[in-house]
Amino acid sequence: MASGTVTSSEYISHHLTNLTFGYHEKTDSWRFVNTDPAHGELALPQEFGFWAINVDTLLWSVGLGVFFLWFFSKIAKRVTAGVPGNTQNFIETVIEFVDDNVKGIFHYKNPLVAPLSLTVFVWIFLMNAMDLVPVDWLPYIAGQMGLGYMKVVPTTDVNATGGMAISVFGLIVYYSIKQKGLGGFLKELSFQPLPKIFLPFNLFLEVVGLLAKPVSLALRLFGNMYAGEMIFILIALLPFWMQWVLSVPWAIFHILIITLQAFIFMVLTIVYLAMAHDEH
Amino acid sequence: MNINLTIIGQAIAFAIFVVFCMKYVWPPITAALAERKKKIAEGLDAAERAARDLHLAQQKAAADMRESKEQAAAIIEQANKRANQIIDEAKEQAREEAERVKAAAQAEIEQEANRAKEALRAQVAVLAVAGAEKILEASIDEQAHAQLVEKLAAEL
Repeated sequence: MASGTVTSSEYISHHLTNLTFGYHEKTDSWRFVNTDPAHGELALPQEFGFWAINVDTLLWSVGLGVFFLWFFSKIAKRVTAGVPGNTQNFIETVIEFVDDNVKGIFHYKNPLVAPLSLTVFVWIFLMNAMDLVPVDWLPYIAGQMGLGYMKVVPTTDVNATGGMAISVFGLIVYYSIKQKGLGGFLKELSFQPLPKIFLPFNLFLEVVGLLAKPVSLALRLFGNMYAGEMIFILIALLPFWMQWVLSVPWAIFHILIITLQAFIFMVLTIVYLAMAHDEH
Repeated sequence: MNINLTIIGQAIAFAIFVVFCMKYVWPPITAALAERKKKIAEGLDAAERAARDLHLAQQKAAADMRESKEQAAAIIEQANKRANQIIDEAKEQAREEAERVKAAAQAEIEQEANRAKEALRAQVAVLAVAGAEKILEASIDEQAHAQLVEKLAAEL
């Protein structure tokens, strides 16, 4: 458990606080978040408002995204048609897996969907995988570098999952209109499932259904990863010699969770885009 | 931010987790990857072998074709030769046969002529004698004149 100067709730809230940076109205300054009075003036995360950024989320998500692109493009550049090397073999397996899923679900011609799915899958997997790094290690290093807060799993920040979900939502709307025209899209929203007389009811139902897509995408991933991270933090409050008893099984279970959540996000993205292409 | 034994506890847990992954997570993944690699290698190998086999088969087919053509040409040539030979033989035979027939016919003609001559000769002798008897109205020594008449008939 944390030392006597830090209570359990302080420890937990510290681990669940993003490294937010922005204009803080109360102190009238551009600054990082601070929830501990011992470290100077308070600047609680909720006091920043909308115009602030979570530096740790951006750092880790962009970092992992760049790593993914660098790694895959590096292999892609020296890909051979013959017997693949170990790394190429691994990457081919991942791409085949994603491609099989896309081919199974998405039956239209669209050059965007497969690369999008690959990116979604690998990127979310990498971000989720940060969950397996012991919860205190990276925040400790960040603390030594003078950053008081560091959430290393970007998918435990609803901003990250929400950002991806909004992008997917944008694509859904774009392809719905592109495929069916604005009129077709509106017709789809208002003339079903009930006959045309019930237009307001239909419209309400369909708009809620449409908006539920990105919200469920974002919150499912966020909720799963946030809860998982929370358990890790709670386990870290146990006496140090017995943490492994719970931490190891939970980490092993998380191998499944991180893959599954990445997979679900990818499949739902494909399904939603396929639905956007479908004529109803 | 206080550093304490928690970080050691997490290190222990992480070490166990890593060992677990090494023992139970990594091997199946690498095995699957190795399997895939092996399959690709085998597939490529098989394709290459098939291509080589095809090439060999094509070469063999071409060689067979050439050989067959040569054989056919030889057979035709032989047949032609044999046909010419047969024609020559037939011509030869026909000529021989014709000669044989001609010779037989000539022999027969000669024979007939001889026979006719003999008959004629015999009759001529009689006629000559009768004629002479009538002319001379005298008894002629048939013995003496027969010699003369036969001499005359032999000259015919």
